[in-house]
Amino acid sequence: MSQVTFRIYRFETGKDASPRYQEYKLALQEGDTLLNCLNTIRDTQDGTLAYRMSCGSAICGSCAMRANGHALLACKTQASSLVKNGVIQLDPLGNFPVIRDLVVDLEPFWASLRKVSPWLQPNLADEPVRERLQTPAQFHLIDDVTTCILCASCWSDCNVLEVDKKFLGPATLAKAHRFIFDTRDAKGQERMERIAEPNGVWDCTHCGECSTRCPTETKPLARIEETREAVMKAGITNSPGARHALGFRESMRWFGALNENYLPIRSMGFFNIPGILGVMPVGIRMMLKRKAPPILPHWIDKVGEVRRIFKRFHELRKNNGGTGAKTDGDD
Amino acid sequence: MALQYAFYTGCVAKGAGRELLTSTNLVCKKLGIELFEMEDAACCGAGVGGEDNVMVSDTINARTFALAEERGMDIMNICVTCQGVHKKAQARLAKEPEYMARVNEVLKSETGRVYKGQAKIRHFAKILIEDYGLDKLKAQVVKPLGELKAAAFYGCYSVRPHEYSDFKNPDDPDEMERILEAIGAKTVSYPGRLKCCGFPIIMMNKQNSLTMSGSVIRSAKESGADCLVTQCPLCHLNMDAYQPEIDDTLRMPVVHIQQLIGLALGYTAEQLGMNTHIVSASGALASI
Repeated sequence: MSQVTFRIYRFETGKDASPRYQEYKLALQEGDTLLNCLNTIRDTQDGTLAYRMSCGSAICGSCAMRANGHALLACKTQASSLVKNGVIQLDPLGNFPVIRDLVVDLEPFWASLRKVSPWLQPNLADEPVRERLQTPAQFHLIDDVTTCILCASCWSDCNVLEVDKKFLGPATLAKAHRFIFDTRDAKGQERMERIAEPNGVWDCTHCGECSTRCPTETKPLARIEETREAVMKAGITNSPGARHALGFRESMRWFGALNENYLPIRSMGFFNIPGILGVMPVGIRMMLKRKAPPILPHWIDKVGEVRRIFKRFHELRKNNGGTGAKTDGDD
Repeated sequence: MALQYAFYTGCVAKGAGRELLTSTNLVCKKLGIELFEMEDAACCGAGVGGEDNVMVSDTINARTFALAEERGMDIMNICVTCQGVHKKAQARLAKEPEYMARVNEVLKSETGRVYKGQAKIRHFAKILIEDYGLDKLKAQVVKPLGELKAAAFYGCYSVRPHEYSDFKNPDDPDEMERILEAIGAKTVSYPGRLKCCGFPIIMMNKQNSLTMSGSVIRSAKESGADCLVTQCPLCHLNMDAYQPEIDDTLRMPVVHIQQLIGLALGYTAEQLGMNTHIVSASGALASI
């Protein structure tokens, strides 16, 4: 098999002034995972190379790291799939302080998880005789999210965490989902109110890095989207994020298109004067360049069809309590 | 026979990014690509409109797909957000036939239309590369962008999630660079090219949003780029219209890829609406 250069990040906190890359050459054997390669390098070339590993079977989540700039599990990835111009570059997970080489300090991750009380909180006044039962359909709601192995790959590549460490982060929001959607949990409303606050579910940009890097079926972005839907259906709509979503829907229903003049004001809140003043500068800049959206709203052709679809869902919701769309008039 | 597409403009190209629509129409006209604008198609919802009930936006989008099917054409998108939302909606509908049947039941009863699951969603860049061909594009160039160093910015929905990406290697795509090189520009590689521009949270957390776009702009600037090139009008808005609030000294022009193609095809900057950008591109264009 071909000879590959492993370019590996080396750094020890408290000892090294700055990080460096060290190169190791290794002939790949057929079927080698990235973790196999690291073990061989450590055993035959450099016993000082530090990385985490345990199960080697994509269950424990220990060996998450970045290869060629993207987070993955070393034990689950064929090394040959990573070779680019004869090189594989390895870095520690992003968005964490480095302890040594590919080992990071995961404490910010655990601290964030603790903020959403990641344990079942059933109604203790209603203690069942035996266990709390779920139907297959009820379990299906949390089937995917319970596959999370807490490897922190999503956290590593989250674009929001790069700029704001206060953001709860994808794994934490997925964990919140896991209990919000668990029919045995009694604290759903409280949990939803917690994550609808600033730095929570509305601060995600949908960039998709978390789901792309997730090695399980947890797919945090999909869970974040489901949680936002649940938060809004629970009537927790007093936030710019929820108002933004409602404004979008109102605009779609009235015009069939987005009204860019209405949406910022609706998102900020009609009586939020500082918020509305905050969006003025960009509006003025755009007006001066003749770039501002036209004052008169644009209606799509056959907008009646779109309105009828919205009306139908509105009626469905009224008739069977929740299966149809919530509209602005419901809040 | 000329290439023909059902042209889904998206809302921003009709509003705050009208220069994108203008430049797309001019470029396609010059290349002989026939566009049939879907003036009856509704907003895709941008992944936001369906946040309190995804079935509503899936039904609205299924209507758009049905409209394209009625025209017998693939859909051409010029906004990667619209494209990503459309592809996600299609995937949800394709995955669960029972769900698609329920969506179609509403669609049929309220509009008389049915989505058959055949409409294809294509982004402008993919059409240019796969259907039109870069050799053919190169042959049409009358004004190569010789000295211009362009930094391609892909936009999240064009590369993530991977299963919905139009590009062959979404973790390291080269499609935008190939287009730019075909029109004679030089391209620069820079760390921010696949990052998020932050636009989706501009109303929720402006500080984070602008820190994200600022980081992309600085990354391109440090790599020696003369301009950033987008394929999504939302990325364009966050990096151009908000740039003075990020850092007024950055002065990094942000242009739509269609505008650069238009320049190479012989249109003037003004015809392509480049005079409407907040950060002037005239300095960067002087190098052409």
